[in-house]
Amino acid sequence: MPQKSFRQALNEALHSEMGRDPNVIVLGEDIAGGAGASGQKDAWGGAFGVTKGLLGAFGPSRVRDTPISESAFIGAAAGAAMTGLRPVVEIMFVDFLGVCFDQIFNQAAKFRYMFGGRAVTPMVIRASYGAGSRSGSQHSQALYPLFTHIPGLKVVVPSSPYDAKGLLIQAIRDDDPVIFLENKILYDTMGEVPDGPYVVPFGEANIVREGGDATIVAFGRMVHFAMEAANRLASEGIDCTVLDPRTTSPLDEDTIIEMAEKTGRVVVVDEANPRCGMAADVSSIIAEKAFGALKAPVMKVTAPHTPVPYAPNLEAAYIPDASRIADAVRRAMSFSRT
Amino acid sequence: MSGLQLSRNELLRAYGLMKTIRMFEDRVSAEMASGDIPGNTHLYAGQEASAVGICMNLTETDRIASTHRGHGHCIAKGCDVDGMMAEIFGKETGICHGKGGSMHIADLSKGMLGANGIVGGSAPIACGAALSAQVQGLNQVSVAFSGDGAINQGTVAESMNLAQIWKLPVIFAVEDNGFGEATAKSFVVAGEIGNRAEALGMATAKVDGVDFFAVYDAAHEAIERARDGGGPTLLHIETPRYYGHFSGDPDNYRSAEEKAAMRRERDCLVRFRQYVGEVNLLDAAALDAVDREVEVVVDAAVVAARAAPQPALSALTTDVYVRYL
Repeated sequence: MPQKSFRQALNEALHSEMGRDPNVIVLGEDIAGGAGASGQKDAWGGAFGVTKGLLGAFGPSRVRDTPISESAFIGAAAGAAMTGLRPVVEIMFVDFLGVCFDQIFNQAAKFRYMFGGRAVTPMVIRASYGAGSRSGSQHSQALYPLFTHIPGLKVVVPSSPYDAKGLLIQAIRDDDPVIFLENKILYDTMGEVPDGPYVVPFGEANIVREGGDATIVAFGRMVHFAMEAANRLASEGIDCTVLDPRTTSPLDEDTIIEMAEKTGRVVVVDEANPRCGMAADVSSIIAEKAFGALKAPVMKVTAPHTPVPYAPNLEAAYIPDASRIADAVRRAMSFSRT
Repeated sequence: MSGLQLSRNELLRAYGLMKTIRMFEDRVSAEMASGDIPGNTHLYAGQEASAVGICMNLTETDRIASTHRGHGHCIAKGCDVDGMMAEIFGKETGICHGKGGSMHIADLSKGMLGANGIVGGSAPIACGAALSAQVQGLNQVSVAFSGDGAINQGTVAESMNLAQIWKLPVIFAVEDNGFGEATAKSFVVAGEIGNRAEALGMATAKVDGVDFFAVYDAAHEAIERARDGGGPTLLHIETPRYYGHFSGDPDNYRSAEEKAAMRRERDCLVRFRQYVGEVNLLDAAALDAVDREVEVVVDAAVVAARAAPQPALSALTTDVYVRYL
């Protein structure tokens, strides 16, 4: 199977779905770039190059560079979705959704419920997220728990190029509004990606590694650190399952419970801040539904309750890593509750 | 085309819609006072000529996005009065099965994309509907109704710019009733409302919202321009708000004299009747007959809404998603 980058996998998904359905349009700031300027057209193809080539393939009516007016174009995407299009909106950084939350959680997320089931709002908001690029507090957050909290939204956090393509195709074909978050450190990571279209369903966790001693539940980029930790622990004789839920809403609670019951020890790894985050959420689900099987408290490995710092040493300390995950697993192993 | 060229049937329909809105709102106000309506409502009475003057120019496939004060827009765009009343009573037979309430009445099949609980919420949605029409090559326009208060929302400013650069077929109908909640427009709005459009190179017109024909004519010009690819227009419609901000608002920030004069001198129904009588378009007997019909319709809506069942408790968790797990 061909090796492709996370970025290319996303680009293929967009090409595939725009080619398949004329109602799919793409909106965002500099998703082509160079509009109205004297130089190259499609100069950027998005701030991270994910939408490169769409303008040439599908034209300016369906591939629209927008003003820096997130409320207007996210809200317009919601209105367009309600009236027959399938907009895919790119927001450079998930942090910027702060200026247009109303459009997402008061409008798009609620049309269907408020209107008694008569509205369909098939839209995707793609955004980069995550720390590690020295981008400071307003360009680095992992805000998927905020969106996970809102009924009506679906939230996707892919960890591999394969999942990125399949989940984005599913997101575009999905009839509900989807927040699709791409960890910016992953764009250049490589993996096997089929050339043709395929979907990865929502709400189905990926068992990345299977082991009987402990389960590490990890989201997005944290899956890679969880695998690194699991490999280190294997050399110490501790055999871990690594579980990637892939979507935080819907969340595959069944597989999380199953693995918690099987191993009795669980570490949840979340790049988001700790309060009301995914680590807290998964911990509470396990405490409620798999309490009897637990041999140790559920351990959480998260960012601290701080904004993302700029200085490289501080930022490195902010992001969970393989060492902290491995330590948490060792602590879980030290309990002897039967 | 001028509203004076409307057929007799169309004029009777316009009057009937305005009268329906007035009686609907007066009746909702009375029912609110009786304590049987569970939530809150924002009444449109006084502004009827705006909704009807605009919507008489729209086809069923044209779309509107509305406000918290949305009952009038809903009726003017063809929403079912029984379903609306039942919705306000929170009943299963409501237009949104009781899950929306007064501030979220919608009927997408009629092109009514929803009242909206967020001030300025309509503008991006209407731009989106216009974008759909533009991308799909459909000859449809959309209207964003808002109040004067919404002109200070970023969503409206952003949407007007977006509509102008993309030449979207959208009308920004700013219904200026002089108040944002309990604060006078003069205290919070800088400059002339139309100037905000002019700054963007957008067409704009200031309209007497008490005069159905003035609204109809201004809307006709704007809507046909948008339909022909000429881009958006801001209509600044000056209109009275008969009730307070919400039903039950003591409305003590306006003097009794001011409110009495408003109802006496700025009544679009009275103005309509006088005018069509003076120019012999319609006779009083025909209009009186409409009044009687509307009274029956509104009364039946209340009777039906009172008798209707509450939503089943199972409805609490349905229709959050098309499909979840």
